[in-house]
Amino acid sequence: MNVMEHLPALIIAIPLLAAFLTPLVDKISKKVRNAVVFIALAATFILTIFLVQDVFENGIMIYVMGASNPTQTIPMQAAVPIRIVLEIDGLSAFMALISVLIALIGLIYSFSHVEERGGKFYTLFLLMLVGMLGMELTGDLFNLFVFLEIASIASAALITYEFKRGSTTEAALKYIVISSIAALFVLFAIGLLYGEYDLLNMAAIAKAIKITGLSNIDMIALILFFAAFAMKAGAAPMHMWMPDAYGEAPGAVSMVLIAVTQASLYALLRVCFTIYADSLHVVIPAAIIIFGLISIFIGVTMALIQDDIKRLIAYAAVAEVGYILLAIGVGLYGVLNNEVELYARKALQGGIFHIFNDILDIGLLFLVAGGIIYITKERNLNKLGGLAHSMKYTSILFLIGLAAVAGLPPMNGFASKIMIYESVYKVSPILSIVAILASIIMLAIFVKIFHSVFTGPKISEQKDVPKLMLASMIILAALIIFFGLFPDIIINNIVNPAVNALIENAAYISNVMG
Amino acid sequence: MKNEEMNEGKMTVIVQTIAALLFPLALIFSFYVIMHGHLTPGGGFQGGAIGASAVVLLIVAYGVKHVEEKMSEGGFSVFESLGGLIFVVVAIFGLFLATSFLANFLVNEPIFGKIPGWGESPLNSGGILPILNIAVGMKVIGGLSAVVLILALISREGEEK
Repeated sequence: MNVMEHLPALIIAIPLLAAFLTPLVDKISKKVRNAVVFIALAATFILTIFLVQDVFENGIMIYVMGASNPTQTIPMQAAVPIRIVLEIDGLSAFMALISVLIALIGLIYSFSHVEERGGKFYTLFLLMLVGMLGMELTGDLFNLFVFLEIASIASAALITYEFKRGSTTEAALKYIVISSIAALFVLFAIGLLYGEYDLLNMAAIAKAIKITGLSNIDMIALILFFAAFAMKAGAAPMHMWMPDAYGEAPGAVSMVLIAVTQASLYALLRVCFTIYADSLHVVIPAAIIIFGLISIFIGVTMALIQDDIKRLIAYAAVAEVGYILLAIGVGLYGVLNNEVELYARKALQGGIFHIFNDILDIGLLFLVAGGIIYITKERNLNKLGGLAHSMKYTSILFLIGLAAVAGLPPMNGFASKIMIYESVYKVSPILSIVAILASIIMLAIFVKIFHSVFTGPKISEQKDVPKLMLASMIILAALIIFFGLFPDIIINNIVNPAVNALIENAAYISNVMG
Repeated sequence: MKNEEMNEGKMTVIVQTIAALLFPLALIFSFYVIMHGHLTPGGGFQGGAIGASAVVLLIVAYGVKHVEEKMSEGGFSVFESLGGLIFVVVAIFGLFLATSFLANFLVNEPIFGKIPGWGESPLNSGGILPILNIAVGMKVIGGLSAVVLILALISREGEEK
């Protein structure tokens, strides 16, 4: 058995195995349980790094579940792929790397304070990771739907895990209702495509659409996919669940929820760039750009008036999604108009890079906010104050996150935002003006938080956050600074393969269909 | 006396006796649907749902308090996790013993039959398929029963208040 060949299946199987093992081990010993969860996640992380390296060096990787030859997608007697195919290209590998990295950091953070009834927390946490990874690695539409459901249900349960307030239950209920509606849309669209082509494999459907052209049913399916995934990705005006869910969830879960949201964003990219690709009407990129602008605008303006610290960061997260959508919409527009080298490549580089930066920046802020709530049991900005006296390290980490989100130069947020500003300017200057203005408002918002939470006279004696919490935040902050100082390394080695996978979709199809 | 029993959520002796008679039958039918999953319509999920409905029958007839004394939510959770664990372990065995994740490594062994060719007679033993069906069945029985039991307990507490 060659491990390298089976990497895609193992990356999904190991967290799944650990997820079902934890409730049993939990009955024996809490320490053993923590060790099992950590070892499983660390192993998944290492395997993901191998996978990413392999995909970036040797191109697309294929894995067929249950087949006698895992790389033979089309069985002997058939003409189309029948089994479940995992297909990993540059973009899938990039997204999988983000998901596992963030889950690992979130796990370290959770170890510091999740103890009681912890077995179920870790089961749900691992299932959420399985859902994300499955969505990102699979090459099969129905499989995508199943993993979307796994991720949604696990996240909804995790949102209510730590805090038992009425609004927490409301947030989780809203999340599960929105997720179910989105999942039903996706299922309906898959049904339409399956009825038309008798196919579930994404590459096979993409080839069929390429050959037969866009039918009316394809268009209906596209609209359903688009609406569902944009809703799950939190594009305004379909963002109403996001501030609730992010704001009410425990700190680490808020951060990992961003990765779940981005898995839906990945599905949107896969549908637009791979399945429909050249047959897309230019209305779709225009819609993505408009959604992006609305998200940026609503995100920053609503963040201005919040006084709940986590809810405020959640609105900032909406704005960050807006930046990604703006860049990706411009990129798609350029690809459809054959202006790849003019601006589309740069826009996509900026957008994809910003996916990583968004989760690092907003994730760090969520972790800091989670730490503040854990120590002070208070989430109202008007009642917090003077925490820098007792929480020195946390306040420095918050400053780093603040600068990164606002896009100040030495941080990673600047590296990706400047690429977005430059590239969208070539389509329309108004786009980049809105983006830059929003960035400035974002700085004002976070300076306001910093001022009201950390500065001022000491209100009460507090200790700093637990060590493991601090460690996970420091890892994030180190990544933020590293990405900001050496953006070229990241763009050349990690972002460019993903961008190439988006622009050239022919390889994705030919690897499955031969 | 009747009122007291009603308050505990119990039904009459007739219903209780019939439920006691039907419970093993429902479980046997559940097991049949699970074991025949690879040959006839049905399978792990459907059979598991039938099995969980047997537990619901007991809750309706005997009241949730009585049922909870015999079978706890924790027990169901363990049962459910075991089901999930068996599924993944069997799938990983496929990777080690045969060619790929979820590969059918038991097929073509003496007692497990062979994969029929294109258009040949049906496969009487599905290799790992019945094992996977049992695992899914365990997961569904455990999961659905635990959910029903907890919902019944919560609504019971609500009534008492």
